[in-house]
Amino acid sequence: MAYLCVKDLSLGYDGKAILSNLDFTVNEGDYLCIVGENGSGKTTLMKTLLHLQQPISGTITFGDGLSSNEIGYLPQQTLVQRDFPASVAEIVLSGCQARLKNRFFYSREEKKLAEENMERMRISDLSDKCYRELSGGQQQRVLLARALCAARKILLLDEPVTGLDPRVSAELYGLINDLNRQGITIIMISHDISAAVRYASHILHIGSKIYFGTKEDYLKTSLGQYFLQAQEVSNG
Amino acid sequence: MDKLFVYLQYPFVRYALIVGVLIALCSSLLGVTLVLKRFSFIGDGLSHVAFGAMAVAGVLNLSNEMIVVLPVTVICAILLLRTGNDTKIKGDAAIAMISVGALAFGYLLMNIFSTSANVSGDVCSTLFGSTSILTLSRWEVWLCVVLSLAVAAIFILFYNRIFAVTFDENFSRAAGVNADRYNLLIAVITAVIIVLAMNLVGSLLISALVIFPALSAMRIYGSFRSVTICSAILSVVSALGGILVSIAFGTPVGSTIVAADALVFGICWLIGSLKK
Repeated sequence: MAYLCVKDLSLGYDGKAILSNLDFTVNEGDYLCIVGENGSGKTTLMKTLLHLQQPISGTITFGDGLSSNEIGYLPQQTLVQRDFPASVAEIVLSGCQARLKNRFFYSREEKKLAEENMERMRISDLSDKCYRELSGGQQQRVLLARALCAARKILLLDEPVTGLDPRVSAELYGLINDLNRQGITIIMISHDISAAVRYASHILHIGSKIYFGTKEDYLKTSLGQYFLQAQEVSNG
Repeated sequence: MDKLFVYLQYPFVRYALIVGVLIALCSSLLGVTLVLKRFSFIGDGLSHVAFGAMAVAGVLNLSNEMIVVLPVTVICAILLLRTGNDTKIKGDAAIAMISVGALAFGYLLMNIFSTSANVSGDVCSTLFGSTSILTLSRWEVWLCVVLSLAVAAIFILFYNRIFAVTFDENFSRAAGVNADRYNLLIAVITAVIIVLAMNLVGSLLISALVIFPALSAMRIYGSFRSVTICSAILSVVSALGGILVSIAFGTPVGSTIVAADALVFGICWLIGSLKK
C-alpha cells in the first residue's frame, strides 16, 4: 500500500476541468517532482491533495498509516506574510496547531519539537528574530521547520525556490535532499526542471501531455528531453 | 489634579473610565488580527451597520436597543468576513457597500420617523459618541464589563489558533484545522466589540480604536505576542488619557481618545524609525 494513491483524478475550478485522467502513486521515501508549464494546474493539484479544494472526479487515497492531515505543507508566500510581525519561534510552533486538539495552549513537548526542528533547519539562532526581516532563504527554512512540526512523514512543497538566488536555492535543495535521505517523503512542485531531474526519484509531468514515472524513464522520453533542452536554451 | 479627584467621585466618571479601558483593551487585541488580515475597514463598515440597526430600533421604539443592534451587527460581520476569499464582490467593495447602505438607511429612517425634536443632534451623537459614555446606566456598564471580559478571555484562550489562522489560513486547513470556525469566531467577537465601542467613540471613529494601537505596536515590535501586548497597553493608556483630558477640558470624549491614539502612533513611528 502506498502513502498516496491518485486514481483517474480530474481537477479544476467551478466544475471546469483543467486537468484530467491523472494517475500516480507516492511511496514511502519517494522524492516526487511535479513539473509543467505555467497554468497547467500544478498548484491546483497541490491544493486538491491537501483537501483545500474538492476534486471534480476520481479518488485520492491515503494509506500505509498516513492520514490525510499528516502532510506538512510549504506554501508559496502570501502578501500578508511579507509584513507580518511574528518571531521565528512563534511561526515554527504554529506548525503544532493540529496537535492541540482540544487544548488551548502548547505543551512542553510541542515547544521542544519546535526547537528540534529549528535546530534541524539551522535557524535556532534566529528564533527571536522577526520573520519579515529575514532573507528569502531564511524565511523558507522557517516555513520548512513549521511544516516539519506538522508532519513527520511527508512534505508538500510549492515552488520552494521562487525568488531565491542560485546559491541560496542550491542550499535549500540540499536541505530538502537531506530530509529525503532521513526518510521523509517529498512532493515538490517546481519550475526548475534541471533541479527536478537532479534530485527527484520520480517525475510527474502535467500539461497537455501527462507523464508519470521514475526520473530515469522520464529522461528517456521525448517529453523529458524536449523540456530539458528548452530550459537549457532559456537559461543560456 | 484636585479637579480630577473631584470628578472621580462621580459614579458616571468612574463608569466611563471602566468602560473606556475595557473597550480599548478588547478592540486593540483584535485590531492586530484585523489589520494583518487586511480588514482594517471592517470596524468602519460594521459600525455603520450598527448605526442603521440603532435607527431601526429607535423607530420601533425599543427600550433596549442592544437586542436589535448586536445580532444584526454579528450577522453582517459573519457575512463580510466570509466573503473574504472567493466571491463575486470582493472584500473591500462588500464592506463599502454594506457600510454606506446602512448609513444611508439609518439616517433616512431617523428622519422620516423622527420622535425627538433634535434629529441632527441624535445622529451626531450616534456618529461621534459625543456624550453617551458619560450617561451610561448601571445596566449598560455591567453588560459592557461582562462582554469585554468574555472577549478578552476568548482571545487569550484561542490566542494560538487566532495567530495560526491569521498567519497562514491555508496551512491551517491543510493541517486539518477548521479555519472557518476560527474566522467565524473572529467575526463574532469583532461585531461585539464594535457595538460596545459605539458608546465610547461613536460609529465614525471606531476604526481608530481598532487600527491605531495595532499599527503603533507593529512599528516597534517584531513578534506577534509583543505586538499584541504592546497594542493593548498603548490602547488602554490612550483611552485613559483621552477620557481624563476630555473631562478636564470639556472636549468630546471620542475624538479626544482618537487624537490620543494618533499621537501615540506618531511617537511609535518615530521610535520605530530611530531603531532602524
